[in-house]
Amino acid sequence: MRKLLFKSLLQRPLTEAPPAENERVLSELARTLERAARRRLGRSLSIREVDAGSCNGCELEIHALANVFYDLERFGLRFVASPRHADVLLVTGPVTHNMRTALERTYQATPDPKWVVAVGDCALDGGMFAEGYACVGGVSKVIPVDLHIRGCPPSPTALLEGLIALVEKSSNSS
Amino acid sequence: MPFISALADRGSLVVAHRPWPRIVVDADVWRDAIVGIAAGQATLLGLWSDGEVVHMGMISEAKILVISLPVPQRRFPSVGLTHPPALWLERAIRDLYGWEPEGLPDTRPWLDHGRWGIAHPLGARPPVPPDRAAYEFLKAEGGELHQIPVGPVHAGIIEPGHFRFTANGETIVRLEERLGYVHKGIEGLMRDAPLERATKLAARVSGDSTVAYGIAFARAVEAALALKVPQRAVLLRALMAELERLANHFGDIGAICNDASFSLMHTHCGALREHVLRAAHACFGHRLMMDRVVPGGTAADLDNNGLITLRALIEVVRGKFPELVELYDNTASLQDRTVTTGIVKPELARQYGAGGYIGRASGRSFDARRTPGYAPYGELGFDVPVRREGDVDARVWIRVREVEQSLGLIEQITERLPKGPIRIDALAAEPPKGTCEGLALVEAFRGDILAWVRVAGDGKVACAHLRDPSWFQWPLLEAAIEGNIVADFPLCNKSFNCSYAGHDL
Repeated sequence: MRKLLFKSLLQRPLTEAPPAENERVLSELARTLERAARRRLGRSLSIREVDAGSCNGCELEIHALANVFYDLERFGLRFVASPRHADVLLVTGPVTHNMRTALERTYQATPDPKWVVAVGDCALDGGMFAEGYACVGGVSKVIPVDLHIRGCPPSPTALLEGLIALVEKSSNSS
Repeated sequence: MPFISALADRGSLVVAHRPWPRIVVDADVWRDAIVGIAAGQATLLGLWSDGEVVHMGMISEAKILVISLPVPQRRFPSVGLTHPPALWLERAIRDLYGWEPEGLPDTRPWLDHGRWGIAHPLGARPPVPPDRAAYEFLKAEGGELHQIPVGPVHAGIIEPGHFRFTANGETIVRLEERLGYVHKGIEGLMRDAPLERATKLAARVSGDSTVAYGIAFARAVEAALALKVPQRAVLLRALMAELERLANHFGDIGAICNDASFSLMHTHCGALREHVLRAAHACFGHRLMMDRVVPGGTAADLDNNGLITLRALIEVVRGKFPELVELYDNTASLQDRTVTTGIVKPELARQYGAGGYIGRASGRSFDARRTPGYAPYGELGFDVPVRREGDVDARVWIRVREVEQSLGLIEQITERLPKGPIRIDALAAEPPKGTCEGLALVEAFRGDILAWVRVAGDGKVACAHLRDPSWFQWPLLEAAIEGNIVADFPLCNKSFNCSYAGHDL
């Protein structure tokens, strides 16, 4: 173990420069956050991830945000284990009927002010699963959504862009 | 005469079913098949329905057989009554079609949580009131027991499912899983879907196995159409499948150690996983290689830069991974958590036909790449690692050894990749001559996926069934956790890493 740790000290970090703020994401945020709570959160957001029916592809890329290349925590973003500790709900999947209640309860358990980020094409409008008997559709059919991050699944960079924009706006709008 | 061969003579053969036979049988033969499977003469591969009959797939050595029982009275003899691995599958058929498995010992709904507004969505679809009685969990009796309900929303970034623990102090007396939360009705969506849409749906059954599902579905369609795929595509598919296996195994090895609070392994394995995903993106244009496998071939080719990327990837992994394996092997505090934790007994692995690292860590050497085997693995050299301990440690070691095998496979594939086309238009090359059916068994990173498809004369998918390896692995987690402490559950669960989405479908 010592050998590995020592090597890590001598190597350059794998962590990469943050992506630039994305214009489209910012404009969508500007619209939605005007209505949102104005209380200052500082440049820090706690995120609770909720899989409301995804194929787990989005979860894999959200996981990747925590690896050394993207290192989410340097932006003041961290994943928390309970909605009661969260500012942001990161919701994936077409919302299935079987997950609808759980999603609603998770939203209710999240203290205000809160933001909801819908991740992936399915979370936008139900994607390929919209027509079936088992899915409600996009996340916004169940709880209000502040930001959509597109992709199937969105890359970690696309996720970072969206989340960084959210931090910037939430601290500017105070 | 071997069990399957004897059985195959006792029904009428369905002509347009490839590559393995499907026979229509009566209830007596159905019952004999159940008894044979329960006695271990064959392994259950799947139990599903197409809305008209109920199908049972089985394998013995390299022989595969599907038997189909018509259900005019909407009832069929329960398999789960005699052979418990079929229990969940039968509860699912009961929910989706409204057919009654006669004698089924557990008639609680499974995928149907009473939220669809209708019952039997793939059958008669009668409307139902939403206020159904609460789900009753199985009882545990004895003094000093308490229950811990967990989920469907979990503390980590994982899929939803409910775990009901009954514990005596720290020790788990009973775990009961309740799944179905991410049921999206994929089989319903596949009905009468154009081939292209059905292919995309198949690629989204379980995102971590999107390549394997792509291959399984494509092979089933190609079997139905009797279509031959260009050799370059066959090898490219295997290349993607091995990259997918690498990425998932790195993720799992790291995450298992992380659940034992050893984050150093997690960090380094996470970096290796990222290297693989970036190589996949550079080679095939998508980090998870989603939608890159299609009936008729592949949708992405590999150029010279891709070959260079892959060589660089292998060099990075070969440089870093051995140190991590050494670290795992030499850290006593980590071994203390993984060795003898969450044991799956070899008898159970055999009975359930558990595939992947779960079966192979418990003495079941089955690997669909070998048995029944499919191209191009017959011409490539690789070992199938097997251990008998059945604990978390053994499941880690199987993954470690499989990483090494996958690296070797990727090298062999890149060396022998022939020039030529990567795709032929499946329906144009072999238009279906009436209804035809195909079956495929493909080794995903977590075990064998069974894909069955019926292609209609107009080229649409009449119906399809995709059986995730998790169906036969989730129940073993309930057994493995018994007698372990609650705090070791995340560790055991991660060492299984079953798919919720793949199971819930």
